[in-house]
Parts: sequence; C-alpha cells; structure tokens
Amino acid sequence: MIRFDNLHKRFGDRVVLDGFTLEVPTGGTTVLIGASGAGKSVILKHVVGLIRPDAGHVEVDGQRVDTLERDDLVALRCSIGYVFQFAALFDSLTIAQNIRLGLERQGLDEAVITERLRESLDVVGLSDVDDRFPDELSGGMRKRVGIARAIALRPRYILWDEPTTGLDPVTSATMDDLMRRTTDVFGVTSVVVTHDMRSAFSIGSRIAMLADGRLRAVGTPEEMRNIDDPLVRRFIEGRAE
Amino acid sequence: MLVPQMLRLGVQSIPIALFIAVFTGIVLALLASYIFTGTVPLYFVGALVGKTIMMELGPVLTGMALAGRVGASIAAELGTMKVTEQVDALETLAFDPASYLVVPRVLAATLMFPVVTAFAIALGVVTGWITAVNLLDLSTVEFVKGLRMFYVPKDLWFGLLKAASFGAAVALAGSLRGLSTAGGARGVGRETTRAVVLGCEAILVLDAFWALVLL
Repeated sequence: MIRFDNLHKRFGDRVVLDGFTLEVPTGGTTVLIGASGAGKSVILKHVVGLIRPDAGHVEVDGQRVDTLERDDLVALRCSIGYVFQFAALFDSLTIAQNIRLGLERQGLDEAVITERLRESLDVVGLSDVDDRFPDELSGGMRKRVGIARAIALRPRYILWDEPTTGLDPVTSATMDDLMRRTTDVFGVTSVVVTHDMRSAFSIGSRIAMLADGRLRAVGTPEEMRNIDDPLVRRFIEGRAE
Repeated sequence: MLVPQMLRLGVQSIPIALFIAVFTGIVLALLASYIFTGTVPLYFVGALVGKTIMMELGPVLTGMALAGRVGASIAAELGTMKVTEQVDALETLAFDPASYLVVPRVLAATLMFPVVTAFAIALGVVTGWITAVNLLDLSTVEFVKGLRMFYVPKDLWFGLLKAASFGAAVALAGSLRGLSTAGGARGVGRETTRAVVLGCEAILVLDAFWALVLL
C-alpha cells in the first residue's frame, strides 16, 4: 500500500501540495486526475524519493520514504517502476541497453537479463527495436519502451506519469490496453497520473481527484461519474463553465 | 563508461589543442627574438619557448580551450538529461547520478587533460623551433642548446600536474552546472555558459595556486 499523509510541497512562492492525503490500496489501478500543473507528477515523484516533502510524508508498504537510508531507498526504487511522461529514455543508449541498465544494476544473471529484455519488449509489442536508438522511434514507441523498461524490473508498483498525453486516440487506446495487461499479467499495483478522462475511466479501479493541492474526491469510476461535487463533475465532463 | 569519456573528452580534443599550440609556438619564438635581440644571446629563444610552453601556456591555453569544449559539452549533455528527466530515470533505476554520470567524466578529464597538454607542449616547442630556424637567425643547435640549458624535469611535470587539476575542475564545473539545470532549453544554455565561465575561473585560480605552492 502507498499512503500519502498530509503532504505539503511548495516551489518558491507557489504552493503545489497543501495537505494531500490518500491511500492507494495494493492491487488494481488508482488514477489520479487533476488540472495541468496541479501537482500530480510532483506526488508521483515523492513516492520514489525524487522530491522530498516540506511537511507530511509518503509511506510505501509501511516504509516512510523521506527518512530511508540510501541503501533502503535503492531497494525501494528497485520495487517500483516509473513510466515517465516523455519516456525519459537514455538517448545515448540503444533500446536494449536502456532496458538492460536497470536489470544489470540489480545484479541479475545474463540469462535472466536477456529473458526479461525479450519478454518486456514482446509485451509492449516492440520485438525488433533492440539496436535502435530512442531518437529513431516515434513518440508512442518511445513510451512503450519506457513501459518495457519499467516492467522488466518486475516491480510491485508502477507509477505512470501522463501515459497517454500527446498520443493519437488509437495509440492512446492501445496504451490503455497495455496498462491493463501489465497490471493483470504482472500483478502490479498501478498509480496513473492523467487528465485524459477517457483513459482514466477506462483503466482505473479507483479515481482520485487533486485540486488546490488537496484530495478533492476519491471513489470507483461509477462513484465518480455520479458525484455531486460541481468542480469534480465539471472536470470529468470537460466543461468550461 | 570511463573509456568512452576518455575518448570523447580527451582524444577528440587533441585537434583544437594542437591548433592552439602551433600558433603559440610561432608567436613565442618571434616574441622571444624581439625581446632578446641585441641584449642576450638568441639561443635563449629555445629556453623561453620551452619553459613558457611547458610550465604555463601549454597547460593554461589548452585548459581554457578545453573548458570551452569539454566543460560546455558536459554541462549541455547533463543539463539536457536533467530537463528531459533522464537523470530522474537513472535515480528510479537505483543509480546514483553522481557516481554514474559525474565520476567517469571527472576521472576521464583528469587523466586526459595532461595527455592532450603533452601533445600541445610537444607541438608548441616544435613549431617554436621551426619558426626560430626559418624566420629568425638561429640554428637548430642553438635552439636546442637554449631549450636544454635551463630544462629541469619539474618544468614538465609541473605543467602536466596543473593540466590534471584543470581537467578535474573543468569536468566538475560542467557536471555541477549540468545537474543544476532547470527550465528547458533556455536553462541548458544558461548553465552551459556558466560552466564555461566557472571552468575558466577555476583554471586561473588553480594556476596561481600551483605557482604559489610549487614554485
């Protein structure tokens, strides 16, 4: 379980998180929605210790992230896959090297690394791009490689940062399908940050909305569809007024 | 990681260092001749060219050129990695960016700056000799006599030691500025400029430091 407890974070004068609290249960997909710049990605980065909270804390499986020693943080990061918004592939490395890097860091045998490399690329439907470099792939393909890099590590959790942003509707639907399969096949707990409502209701087992730095609402897709809160309804329905 | 960095930061920097060395050697020989003519024997041209290039101009001018080439390259590369979240991605894969990105670059620059400087010193002295023989009224024997007259091994290792420290400083400046980058392409440009300026400043400070400590 991932627990966000009264998280506060500001950058300069701008308050991004102002007491955000949420529990992400083990299993299934929790989707975090909210306006652009609301702080959704900032929340994800707290989970792996890329950002430290000003106040409050994040717990992953009972471990408080911000107080972990370096070795414990490394161990925690090995159990969490992170899919970045723009894939964040290492552009000086080939696709195969990108995926192998994390596996080699975990000290796995060459046979296991090769098997995981093949399997993860097969899952995302990119079996023949091993020797290509990231800049030779389309945006959608790069995102899929980013997913392959995350699932190759066999994480307990996968954090997805805007996985469908910037993709055409067909590729976006393919990405949703890929997220569902990944969650089911590998039995991971997913936390997805998005403002794509079609995707959120398609993949989420729970949907939480962030507004003004706090949790505004949380519930199943059905509960969120029928919610009375006008701000949440307006966001979900994509109305200007 | 170390060998590719040594090739990129060191070997590929040799042409620019040699370009500078050629013209430094020519100017030094002509300058020495201008100063010494009518006052001291002209074979002192060899002494001035050798000492100056080995101890000061070889390492400092090479260092300055490489602060531009190497420092900017490191800062731009790491800065781009930072703003495209590649550094964050490294951390999520349980790597320490400092050890994975910075250490190989600093080590490579520390090892390769003296190598590049050694080439620059050699070519600077040779072009000084060619200039002395062809443009000044000086024979090879006289030039070599001057070159050997005041030479002590410390001249060379002093220059190479300085070059190693310049390499470490330039790579460190580039890495620190690169990893501090924020704000997209504009941020990369800003930090790259800062890295070059910081590298050049560090070279001048270290140059004075080694002179105070070792001379």
